[in-house]
Amino acid sequence: MRFMAFASRTTKEILRDPLNLIFGLGFPLVILFLLSFIQSNIPVDLFEIKHLSPGIAVFGLSFISLFSGMLIAKDRTTSFLMRMFASPLSASDFILGYTLPLLPMAILQSMVCFIAAIILGLTFNINILMALVVLIPTAVLFIGIGLLAGSIFNDKVVGGVCGALLTNLSAWLSGTWFDLNLVGGTFKAIAEAMPFVHAVDAARAAINGNYANMFPDLWWVIGYAVVIMVAGIWVFRMRMKG
Amino acid sequence: MTPAIKAIDLSKKYKDLIAVDTLDLLINKGELFALLGLNGAGKTTAIKMLCCLLPPTSGDAVLLGDSIIKQPTAVKQKINISPQETAVATNLTVKENLELIARFYGSSRSEARTKADAKIQSFGLADKANAKARTLSGGMQRRLSIAMALISEPEILFLDEPTLGLDIAARRELWKVLRELKGKITMVLTTHYLEEAEALSDRIGIMHQGKLKALGTANELKKQTHKQTFEDAFLTLTGMEALI
Repeated sequence: MRFMAFASRTTKEILRDPLNLIFGLGFPLVILFLLSFIQSNIPVDLFEIKHLSPGIAVFGLSFISLFSGMLIAKDRTTSFLMRMFASPLSASDFILGYTLPLLPMAILQSMVCFIAAIILGLTFNINILMALVVLIPTAVLFIGIGLLAGSIFNDKVVGGVCGALLTNLSAWLSGTWFDLNLVGGTFKAIAEAMPFVHAVDAARAAINGNYANMFPDLWWVIGYAVVIMVAGIWVFRMRMKG
Repeated sequence: MTPAIKAIDLSKKYKDLIAVDTLDLLINKGELFALLGLNGAGKTTAIKMLCCLLPPTSGDAVLLGDSIIKQPTAVKQKINISPQETAVATNLTVKENLELIARFYGSSRSEARTKADAKIQSFGLADKANAKARTLSGGMQRRLSIAMALISEPEILFLDEPTLGLDIAARRELWKVLRELKGKITMVLTTHYLEEAEALSDRIGIMHQGKLKALGTANELKKQTHKQTFEDAFLTLTGMEALI
């Protein structure tokens, strides 16, 4: 159970950084309120709260990669990880310690997003709980990206890759801000080959109660989550071996 | 004397580079051993192998009866390290940092708390016990780093440049701590401050280009090289005398 001590440290490090709270919770909420305000003045189907909230929830989850990636990269660059690697903790203790606390954080983050959406008019029903469950593979995907990025890059590069590139890519290619059919062509093909639009579509299907329509989108997300997580674990273990 | 560390033909090779070349070394229990050398001499690689952080290309080392290759977990339970940079969890308090390391080495929550309190007292950190590590001065962070290395009650402690970047007062304060530990635990120290090695260590090993070039007390090394000062002896043994 040594990983529990490490997991507790991960939780404290992330929650005690005010920037994490601002970006992880504050920023997606501001966007949700802003786009809902726009929608109330100039009605756009895409920004209807039922349509918008799953997209914002996925966007919010993309910051989880930044949190975990930065923590791992900082630990490596400050030799904190060297101290840890010299301790009797096993590779699985580290991986669980870094990743496990992020899952409840991600679920809590999505809950806050949907509570805000309820305030803005989303009907509270069982479908919201289903959407929270459907977003779990997406959370695992972003946790895996953080593990992978933190194991490969230093904290400055992680800031660029996860903080700027990933959050933007996952937003633009998710069909949240604009309908991908409006762009079409290669852009749409690239977006559909990536997991983000599938994550949003699966959550939208759940919110709408069309559970059968969650697939195959959810399979895309689960597939990506498994591959990225396995790659992250493999690279982290390689790092451990020096 | 009982050996605490016995390295046998320990080597590390990276493609064309031999970082550590067939290192044979015996360090006794309770000894404070300084491992010196110029940058790139192989000290850090040797320490990393002894701490099970890096697998050797060939050879082995036995730490208190356990092999770094065959029983790395048993070795890790008996050792601890204070890395070159102050490796502390910045958003955790001084007390939380200490408790965290104690728990990694198997202490229960309450045992960890008791041990942390004891280390806070003995390292003069009581005023800062609830302060976040990132708010501490460099000297205080280094002190915390060493307290974290000692909280697991290691039988062997590796200190990689423990006084690097510290002012003279903080350095002397740390020397006092290390002197108090002498004889109680085995310590392996790497440092670029030659006067530090001379003042603190029982024996000194000098590495050059991956090989252990010389071994002995500071006085023995001065005699061996016919030099008046340890600094001159060091320069001779590392082949730098002719260049300076």
